[in-house]
Amino acid sequence: MRNKSRHSDIIPALIFLLPGLILFALFFLGPMAYSLRISFFEWKIVHPERSIFVGFENYQRALSDPIFQRAVLNTLAYTVITVVVKMILGLSVALLLNQQLPGRTFFRVAYYLPVITSWVIVSLLFEYMFNGQAGLVNYVLKDFLHLIPKDILWFADEYLTLVPIILLDIWKGIGWAAIIFLAGLQSIPAELYEAARVDGADSITQLRYITWPLLGPTTVFLVVVLVIGGLNAYVPFQLMTNGGDPLDLTHSVLTLMYEATFGRLDFGYGAAISYLLTGFVFFISLIELRLMRQRAD
Amino acid sequence: MNRKSQRNFDKVVKLTVLTLGLGLVLLPIWYMIITSFKPQTMIFELPPRLWPQVWTLKNYIAALGKDKFGLYFLNSAKVAVISTLLTVLISSMLAFVFARLRFRGKETLFYIFLLGMMVPPVMLIIPQFIVAKWLNLFNHTGLILVYTAMNISMQTFLLRGVFENVPRDLEEAALIDGGGPWTIFWRIILPLSWPGISVVIINTFLYSWEEFAWANVAIKNSSQRTLPIAIALFQSEHLTEWGQVFAASLVALVPVLIIFIIFQRHFVQGISTTGLKG
Repeated sequence: MRNKSRHSDIIPALIFLLPGLILFALFFLGPMAYSLRISFFEWKIVHPERSIFVGFENYQRALSDPIFQRAVLNTLAYTVITVVVKMILGLSVALLLNQQLPGRTFFRVAYYLPVITSWVIVSLLFEYMFNGQAGLVNYVLKDFLHLIPKDILWFADEYLTLVPIILLDIWKGIGWAAIIFLAGLQSIPAELYEAARVDGADSITQLRYITWPLLGPTTVFLVVVLVIGGLNAYVPFQLMTNGGDPLDLTHSVLTLMYEATFGRLDFGYGAAISYLLTGFVFFISLIELRLMRQRAD
Repeated sequence: MNRKSQRNFDKVVKLTVLTLGLGLVLLPIWYMIITSFKPQTMIFELPPRLWPQVWTLKNYIAALGKDKFGLYFLNSAKVAVISTLLTVLISSMLAFVFARLRFRGKETLFYIFLLGMMVPPVMLIIPQFIVAKWLNLFNHTGLILVYTAMNISMQTFLLRGVFENVPRDLEEAALIDGGGPWTIFWRIILPLSWPGISVVIINTFLYSWEEFAWANVAIKNSSQRTLPIAIALFQSEHLTEWGQVFAASLVALVPVLIIFIIFQRHFVQGISTTGLKG
């Protein structure tokens, strides 16, 4: 191999890279850079040349805006709760599905069904089920389980609105976490478990000392992707809160960005919010990847 | 004997837990299905029933006959199929470069592509809007190009893992026979990576079939609308006609279901080959 080390495939590589590179530059890298520029201006969409440079003012405005702070809190709460619950339930389902049980394929497909439904559709569905007057959820809680004295108006309250949104994400996301965990489980060599059994280890011990450590990379991958997805939540917030109802208290970071940009045409402010979010996502992902490397060593 | 019955008991417990969980998972979908068959007067009946007293097809007839539903469906199908094909082709070409070819700066370039996994797609809507305005792309071509661009990073990352697992000896044989990189890519790597490619197909078809945020700003002409936009608008225009909303939604789910059933056989195996394994 050593004599090959100076060999370079740059010509074929360029040909293979070209289509992807052009598309990526035009619709991803270019927009990223342009967005950064916009975030430093009071941007005029119709006459960009009349935009006024304002330095970091858009960023300062966002950070000191109580509506933005509230959106950040909503998004963080949503992300932490949904990621933790999806990881736990996803792993449980995967462990069950990884055994010789009748109907395994059926269960696997059925648990994955919510994943392939579209966000728009299931957001509307949960809005209907959590309807304040005659929704299924209120009926079960009030008339069936007698847990609440009267109907709850889920979407009229700044905190309760988050309940259907969070439950929706968990419901829709368990299947995906389970499938990724399952793929990880299936790549663990069966001999390890046999050896452990010969040594008299019970299933809890096997889980603790074989399954969990060997699932490390899968777990980190899931956490990284799920956290990115959570911080970027948009459709369920947009549809179930009508973009921040009541009183702009229920925004996610991205619905607020969307409203600032396309509702108030405040493009500079919207771009600044985007960059704050991206910076945060990037920072969190780096920390998670650093932790992964530590675990691997 | 005792041990065997213990194991059987174990199995029954596990199956029961799985079935109960499945009931919770499927309940909302079931509720959507039966609501789509309820007459409008029973949509908010008390108590809500999980088995309608009266079944009707009226919602389907009304929803499908309304607002050019067929056209929106075809729009979505066209956009999703072309985006998926384009993403599979472009991502696998990129992944081939990162998995097999060697040149300076390859790792750096790979990490630049990975940036795409971290940046929220919605954040790019503003500048993409400006690019699309500049290139006159407020149409299906604009949707397809943006969907492909937004999917490239993740799918290239997955496929690189898949391609790295294809044994190299096969390529040596092709090289001796005088085959170039294209032959290796097209004749050896791609055919052997089918499970991984299935995962990419399911991922991108799903994304482009249901994408809402970009389509919502990029499509102004109502005859070019895709289904998610049409369904969301439909719900806000016909506020309480939930039966029709769900009838339309269920029809919109059919293509995704078909794609998933066709490709799911390879799904778990495919994910294991992407290198996400433990």
